[in-house]
Amino acid sequence: MRFKQGVILGAAAAIFAGGIAIAGGHGGNPAVKARKAHMQLYAHNLGILGGMAKGEVEFNAETAELAAGNLATLASMNQMTYWPPGTSTAELGEETRALPVGWESASMDDVIGKAGALAEAAVAMQAAAGSLEGVQANIGAVGGACGACHKVYRQPDS
Amino acid sequence: MRRAVSVLAVLALAGAAVFWWVTRPVVAGASVLDGITPDLAQGELVFHAGGCASCHSADKADGEAKLVLSGGRAFASPFGTFYAPNISSDPEHGIGGWSALDLYNAMKHGVSPGGRHYFPAFPYTSYVRATAEDIMSLHAYMQTLPADATANRAHDVGFPFNIRRSLGGWKVLFGSEGWVVEADLTEEEARGRYLAEALGHCGECHTPRNVLGGPDYGRWLAGAPNPTGSGRIPNITPAKFDWSKADIVEYFTSGFTPEFDTVGGHMVDVVENLSKLPREDRAAIAAYLKKVPGVE
Repeated sequence: MRFKQGVILGAAAAIFAGGIAIAGGHGGNPAVKARKAHMQLYAHNLGILGGMAKGEVEFNAETAELAAGNLATLASMNQMTYWPPGTSTAELGEETRALPVGWESASMDDVIGKAGALAEAAVAMQAAAGSLEGVQANIGAVGGACGACHKVYRQPDS
Repeated sequence: MRRAVSVLAVLALAGAAVFWWVTRPVVAGASVLDGITPDLAQGELVFHAGGCASCHSADKADGEAKLVLSGGRAFASPFGTFYAPNISSDPEHGIGGWSALDLYNAMKHGVSPGGRHYFPAFPYTSYVRATAEDIMSLHAYMQTLPADATANRAHDVGFPFNIRRSLGGWKVLFGSEGWVVEADLTEEEARGRYLAEALGHCGECHTPRNVLGGPDYGRWLAGAPNPTGSGRIPNITPAKFDWSKADIVEYFTSGFTPEFDTVGGHMVDVVENLSKLPREDRAAIAAYLKKVPGVE
């Protein structure tokens, strides 16, 4: 009897937890989720390169080139559908940190230019990722390109 | 009665004399720079380490435009809004006419060539620890930067903080040429201390201030409200800040946090400057931060 109760309770808890996970997975603006996921993929691949640059992880040219290749691919992707109008902090509040200024027509050339600068920095990193010195020499430019966009178009972390 | 009045008058005069003496702008004579030869490369390093362009370039300037030190950026504070002056090499609107000694007295004593106290929005409480050699080299380097004819904007500071003379008393209370962290340091840590406590002026934002705007040296680098009014500048003492030395160096180099997010807020400018220093200097600052007393 006690075993049966336990099974039922456990099953109920699993269904409940699963429900929360599904709600969490389905809630929120899909475009915001897509761009956050894209940023997460940058961070994951940068983590591989950065760990080697810092000396925390032993350098491996194959892994570094793989990560840098991913980075270059990610940076070259067309993200138009990630950023539809109406998905800035002005409309979505804390769900996003993307400032409305990014959608102003006066910002368009700058946004495209900064995205291009990241793509260039990522390609340069890919070309240099065969050596530790190459990774170390190029990671600053990649960080600078990421930061240049965040500085203007992302709400500061408080 | 008459006697009491005259005693009071004498006391008031004596008080005014003491105030006048205590608050007088004190400067150094030319001999402090005797025998020093400026070094342009060193001056450029001091320029980046000191973060001059972050405040003195035009609002939203980027890249090469950051070397045009036309001023104009606004800095809000509880005492009013300060506007960074033009420190380009323009002889009329900037500081192109300044001698190296003028720059020395501005940075170390907070006194203008005309003998007025500067407001401590200009971080002379940090720059006071800079060496004469570095200031001389900085002066030479800044003369090579472009001239710009933008006129200075007057600070928007209300009474009584607008009485410049009272800043003499402020300096007596809060100015100190000594090091904040006095522990035994290795050569690397000592270099880091020089970069952090003198040129980099980290404490200006990361150390809380008292009601008079003086730094609370007992809570050195323990974090403070953001002067912009939103959020806090973080505590970077070992009690609250556990990044490895390699994490800190990476952050100063590329702006990436250990989670590979990017640097934010005003620190973006700081990282931009630090990334121009030799890697050993960034490592030195990281080593110093590990030696700062922990404050909860």
